[in-house]
Amino acid sequence: MIELTNVSKSFNGVEVLKNISAKFETGRVNLVIGSSGHGKSVMMKCMVGLLNPTSGNVMYDDRDFTNLEYSQLREVRKEIGMLFQGTALFDSFTVEENIEFPLKMFTKMSLAERRDRVNFCLEQVEMAGINQKYPAEISGGMKKRVGIARAIALDIKYLFCDEPNSGLDPVTSRVIDELLKSITEEFNITTIINTHDMKTVFDIGDDVVFIYQGKNEWMGKVEDIKTSNNEMLTNFIKASYFD
Amino acid sequence: MSFFYNFGNYILFLKGMFSKPEKLSVYIDRTITEMNNIGVGSLSIVIIIAIFQGAVTTLQIAYQLISPLIAKPVIGSIVSDSSMLELAPTITCLVLAGKVGSHIASEIGTMRVSEQIDALEVMGINSSGFLALPKIVAGLIMIPMLVILSIFLSNLGGIIAGEASGILTYEEYLQGARESFIPFNLFFSLIKAFTYAFIITSLSAFQGYTTNGGALEVGASSTKAVVYSAVSILLADYLLAQLLL
Repeated sequence: MIELTNVSKSFNGVEVLKNISAKFETGRVNLVIGSSGHGKSVMMKCMVGLLNPTSGNVMYDDRDFTNLEYSQLREVRKEIGMLFQGTALFDSFTVEENIEFPLKMFTKMSLAERRDRVNFCLEQVEMAGINQKYPAEISGGMKKRVGIARAIALDIKYLFCDEPNSGLDPVTSRVIDELLKSITEEFNITTIINTHDMKTVFDIGDDVVFIYQGKNEWMGKVEDIKTSNNEMLTNFIKASYFD
Repeated sequence: MSFFYNFGNYILFLKGMFSKPEKLSVYIDRTITEMNNIGVGSLSIVIIIAIFQGAVTTLQIAYQLISPLIAKPVIGSIVSDSSMLELAPTITCLVLAGKVGSHIASEIGTMRVSEQIDALEVMGINSSGFLALPKIVAGLIMIPMLVILSIFLSNLGGIIAGEASGILTYEEYLQGARESFIPFNLFFSLIKAFTYAFIITSLSAFQGYTTNGGALEVGASSTKAVVYSAVSILLADYLLAQLLL
């Protein structure tokens, strides 16, 4: 479980996140929704430690991530997998080397064991056989899947996905959604997805946090979204043309 | 103020690199790869520059000094000393600042803007150490080797030009070079090479690492890396000459 308590973040005096508190449960697909520029990505960066919150705490199963020593922080980070909006695959590495990289850095696995794990991860994302391709040689959807495979290469407990469907066609988007859902359930991890794709929300979401102008405007179960009286949330859903 | 801010950040960047490597074997592998990129990758340009540098210097020194009162081996002595003290380390490293520096800055800058550095950080890897340290170590090993090669080839260029133009024979050239050889000059040349290698690799890595924005900024970082490295090399050149000669 990941818990945020009164997390705020300012840049040059401008408060981008305002006292956000939220809980993200294990084994569930937690969605963070909201319009572009309202602080979703900043919140995720604060959660994974790419940004330091101006105030507040981020707890990873009772470990205060915001106040850990560097060595302890690195240990927690080994439990984190992240799928970036642009996938962030290493250009100079092949698909296999990309997925193998965290294994090489943090485990004592032999070459054969690492290769087995790479193949297992590629099978999980239905991308077996593209080991020797470079990221520049595969499509956007394939890159996303390889990004997921790299994220789950280590035995992670927390999976973060920043706009996993951006730039993908609707069919590929649904495939990625299903993949994230099945991985969350199979490995019993805490998955947090930033998105403004309402189809993703209703297809695979369990719990939802709605961020509006840097504040946690609404929080609840997916099934409660449509009956919510929150005006901002209602407007956001209406704007997505999805009933 | 901006200079002090950037210099402070540069020092912090260097300090941040020196934490315990997550896995030494991976760092060693990366260092060997970078040695190949920096050293072997720059071999052809260094060979061409060094030979022509020695050849042109020989012709110009001969043009200025040729006289019945000046012994021909003096030309060889001046060319070999100039090559060792100044031309080989400084000119070679100015060229490497362009070739290696821009490559390092654009590579790391692209990784920054495409979130690859963020990916390393999220994994728990010290990104500055992982990306910059192998390049700096590789530069410190390979650039002095390139400078030594450049000294040798510069003299070879001088001998070829001397023979081809009939200004002096290779025996006269070598006689002059041997008579004026002072071992400290070679040591001084290597000190310069190490200093310049550190400047080129660390400044360029810093420029790439602190890139902020998109493709345009990657280009700007690459340009800055070359300009700052070149200016720093010239400044270090003056300081080292003042301090050690």
